Amino acid sequence: MPTISVDKAELYKALGQEYTTEEFETLCFEFGIELDEDTSNIERPIVNGKQEPPQLKIEIPANRYDMLCFEGIALMLNVFREKTPFPNYRLVEPKNGKLETITVHPDTAKNLARQRTLVAIGTHDLDTIQGPFTYEALPPKYIKFAPLNQTTVMSAEELMQHYENDKHLGRYLHIIRDKPVYPVIYDSQRRISLNTTNVFIEMTGTDRTKLEIVNNIIVAMFSQYCAEPFTIEPVQIVSDHNGETRQTPNISPRKAEAEIDYINNCCGLSESPESICKLLQKMCLSATPSTSDKNILDVSIPPTRADVLHQCDIMEDVAIGYGFNNLPRTSPNKSSTIAQPLLVNKLGDIVRMEAAMAGWSEVMPLILCSHDENFAWLNRKDDGTTAVRLANPKTAEYQIVRTSLLPGLLKTVRENKKHSVPIKVFEVSDVAFKDLSLERKSRNERHFAAAWYDRVLLMLKTAFLTNEEGLEARKGLNYEVREDHTKVDGYWIEEINEETFFQGHAAAIFLRVDGKAVRIGEFGILHPTVLEKFELRYPVSTLEINLEVFL
Amino acid sequence: MDGLTVSELEAAVGDKNVVKVGQGKAFKSKWIAKGKEGRLIASQQLQVIQKTSSHPDPKVITDLKKRKLVKMQKITSFKIHKGPKFALEIVKEETDLTADMLASGAWKTAAFKPYNFKSLGADQNAGALHPLNKVRHEFRQIFFEMGFEEMPTNRYVETGFWNFDALFVPQQHPARDLQDTFYISDPKTADKPHAESQDDKGDYESYWENVQEVHQDASQKGPDGRPPPARYFSIDRVFRNETVDATHLAEFHQVEGVIADYGLSLGGLMEFMEIFFNKMGIEDLRFKPAYNPYTEPSMEIFSFHKGLNKLVEIGNSGMFRPEMLESMGLPKDMRVFGWGLSLERPTMIKYKVS
Repeated sequence: MPTISVDKAELYKALGQEYTTEEFETLCFEFGIELDEDTSNIERPIVNGKQEPPQLKIEIPANRYDMLCFEGIALMLNVFREKTPFPNYRLVEPKNGKLETITVHPDTAKNLARQRTLVAIGTHDLDTIQGPFTYEALPPKYIKFAPLNQTTVMSAEELMQHYENDKHLGRYLHIIRDKPVYPVIYDSQRRISLNTTNVFIEMTGTDRTKLEIVNNIIVAMFSQYCAEPFTIEPVQIVSDHNGETRQTPNISPRKAEAEIDYINNCCGLSESPESICKLLQKMCLSATPSTSDKNILDVSIPPTRADVLHQCDIMEDVAIGYGFNNLPRTSPNKSSTIAQPLLVNKLGDIVRMEAAMAGWSEVMPLILCSHDENFAWLNRKDDGTTAVRLANPKTAEYQIVRTSLLPGLLKTVRENKKHSVPIKVFEVSDVAFKDLSLERKSRNERHFAAAWYDRVLLMLKTAFLTNEEGLEARKGLNYEVREDHTKVDGYWIEEINEETFFQGHAAAIFLRVDGKAVRIGEFGILHPTVLEKFELRYPVSTLEINLEVFL
Repeated sequence: MDGLTVSELEAAVGDKNVVKVGQGKAFKSKWIAKGKEGRLIASQQLQVIQKTSSHPDPKVITDLKKRKLVKMQKITSFKIHKGPKFALEIVKEETDLTADMLASGAWKTAAFKPYNFKSLGADQNAGALHPLNKVRHEFRQIFFEMGFEEMPTNRYVETGFWNFDALFVPQQHPARDLQDTFYISDPKTADKPHAESQDDKGDYESYWENVQEVHQDASQKGPDGRPPPARYFSIDRVFRNETVDATHLAEFHQVEGVIADYGLSLGGLMEFMEIFFNKMGIEDLRFKPAYNPYTEPSMEIFSFHKGLNKLVEIGNSGMFRPEMLESMGLPKDMRVFGWGLSLERPTMIKYKVS
C-alpha cells in the first residue's frame, strides 16, 4: 500500500476546513484510506534552509491509482463530502486546429519483449519542443542525445554507463539494457518549469491497458490547473503497420450497469434508485436509473476510476457512500451448518495432549531449513526424490522444506542448551515430500517427533509406550494398537542399523495395516557425529513416526 | 600508693642520669607529682583509672589513650535466665509428616519445624503445550461453536494458479513478485489447470483452499438442487519470502473463515464478526473500506484498544468477487464472505510477549 505525503496546510485549504487530527482520521477511515502520520508535532527535516511544513502521510489502497497525488486525494475527499461535483473531463481541439502526432515505427512494437516493467512517463514543455514526433526502436549506439540536466551529447550506451550509479535512474537501467534495441521518442527535451503553460505528456510501457489507465490519470490530474479546467488536447498516434492509428487519451466514461436489488440486498438496504444515485455521486460515479429496466442503474465510470470492474465495485461504493458503520445490522444466521473438525488435526491434538501430559514440552520450529540440516547433519542422503527445494529464498538458510521433524527439534535443543537437563521436547506437525503423481507435485505428511537430551542415556521406548496408550484412548477412531505382531492391528519394534543413530541403539517401529507390515517410524540414540553437527553436548535420543497411517 | 622517694626511684631504675631525664619528663607530662615528704607519686588521673576502670572526663581518656597509657578493653557480659521451654535435652524438630508417624501416632507429640512458604517450589519437570497452539485451539473452539467445518489446508506447496489466478490476483500484482513469494525450483511445474505455472509455496493467503472447498461443494446439490450453504475455516502456516529479522518471520499462521450462503448482507456479516470477536473478548468493532484483489467490498476490522487508546486493526475481510465465484461454478446469488487474521498477534497480546 503506497503512502503519499501531502502538505497539511495545503490539503486543508483545498478541503476548505481546518480539521483536527482526530476528525481527519475519521474522515479517512470512513472513506477507506488511512492517516499514517501527522508530522506537525515531530522533528521535520530542513529543506533549503527552512524546516519542512507539516505533512500528512496517507496510506492509499493499491487499487486507487487516482489518489496517488495531492490533487487526487483532495478531489476525491471533496467529492465524498459533497463539497464539489465530480469534474467533467473533456477533450478539446488545440487552438491551431492541428493535433500533435506521434508516429510509431513498425519495429518498435515487435522488439519490446513481454515482461513486467514500469510505465515510463515523460512530461515535456510543449512550447519548447517541436512535433511531429516519432517513436522508434534503435540499437543503443545509434541513439544520441543530451539527457536531462546535461549538456554533452551521449550515445545510449554511454548513457547506460553514466546513470549506473545514479540513485534515481540506476535501478531502472536493467529494463532495457540487454535488449538489442532501445525505444526512443525523438525531439529535443527540456525540463518543465513553473513557466510552462503547455504540457506534452508521453509514456511508453509494455502493457496497453496499464498505459491507458496511467495516461488518463495523469492528464486528469494535470488538467485541473488548466486555464479552462479539466480540458485536455488529444494526440494522434500514427500506427499504420498494425492498423491501430488512434487518438489518445480516450477519456470518455465507461458505461456499466448495476442491478438495484443486488445493491440493496448486499448492503442490507432498501434505498430508492434515486438515493443510490446520490450516494454514488459521492464516489465520483455518475448514475441514472435506467429507462428500460426498473431494476437497472446506468452507471458512467470516469477515466480516473480504473478500479471499477464489476457491479460489486459499484455496490461497494454505495456502501462507502452510505458509511460502512451506518449499515443496518441483521442477524447473521441465515442457515445452520454443522461443525466438523479435520481428522488429522483431531489425531494430532490427541497425540499432543498425551505427550504434554507425559512431561514433554511442545516446540514449534521453522518448516523451512537448509539442505544440510535436513540431510548431511543427520547422516542421511538426499536421492533427489524427497525434498521440495525453494528457488528464491531471501534468507540463505531456507533452501528446502523439511522432510523430517528432527532438525527442528535438535536446533531447538541447541538454542536452549543453557537450560537445565533433561530437555524433553516434541512436535506434532507437517513435513512435505515431493510427489509427482499429484497436481501440486508434493504432499504434506503429519509427523510426531520427540527428543530427549540428558546425561543419562534413556531409550524413548518408555515414552513411546505412553503415547501408544494415549493412541489407544482415541475417541472416534476405532483403532486399538498393542505391541503384538501377531494381532491384525499390532505394532512391533525391530532393530535397525542407520547412520543417524548410534550403532546397536536404534529400532524401527512397524505397524500392521490391512494385514501388511508398514514401517511408521524409528527411534534411538543419535550418533555422536550428529550431536557434533548440532553442537549438542549431552546424548540425545529421538523418536519420529508418521501419524497419517492411523487415519 | 604512697609514692617513691627519689633515692628509691634511682635504686629501682639503676641509672642516675636516666632518672633525672625521666623525672623531668614525667613531671612535664604530669605522670608524677611531688607528694608527701618529697615522694613522687603517680598522677592522679592514672590512679582514678586504676581504681574505677574509667575516668569521668572523656577527654582525659582520649588523651591518655593517645599517650598509650591506657587501653580500651571490651568486656561482653550475658545475662541468662530460664525460658519457658527450658529443657535439659535438645528436641529434634520434624520437617514433614511421614507414613511412619501416622502409623505410630507419633505425629501427636512430635515438634514440627515451621514451614517456609516463601521459598520457591521444587521443579515439577512438567510438560507444556506451545502458546501459539493454545491460542489456535481457542480459535478452533470458537469456529466449532459457530458451526464451521475445518478444511484440509495442509499443503505447503501450492500452484500459481490456485494461489493467485483463481483468487483474481492480477498477473502483475506485486504479491506475485519473487520478492514476496517463495517459488519452488524442484519440483518445477505443476499439472493443469495451469501447466505453465511454477509451483509456489503455499498459502500466501489460504482463502483459495476454503473457496476451493466451496467450489467442490458446488458439485453437491442441496435439497433444492443448488449448492448448500457452508461455513469453512482453517488455521495453518503460511509463508512469505522475507528477510528474517527481529520483527519479521518468513513463516506465520493465519486464521481464516469462509461463509457461503444465499442472501448474505454486509450488515449481517458485520454482526457475525462482532459475535466472533466477542467470543475472544474483543468488543466494539469498526469497519473500514479496504482493498484486496479477490474481495469487493473489503473491510478491515478494527477494535478500540483501551490500553493504547486508539483503533487497532485486528483482521481483514470481504465479500469474494463474483468473477472468482462464478468461474468456480457457484450460482450468482450465492454470496461468499471471508475473513482472516494472524495467530501471532492475539497470542502476543494474550501472553504479553512484545
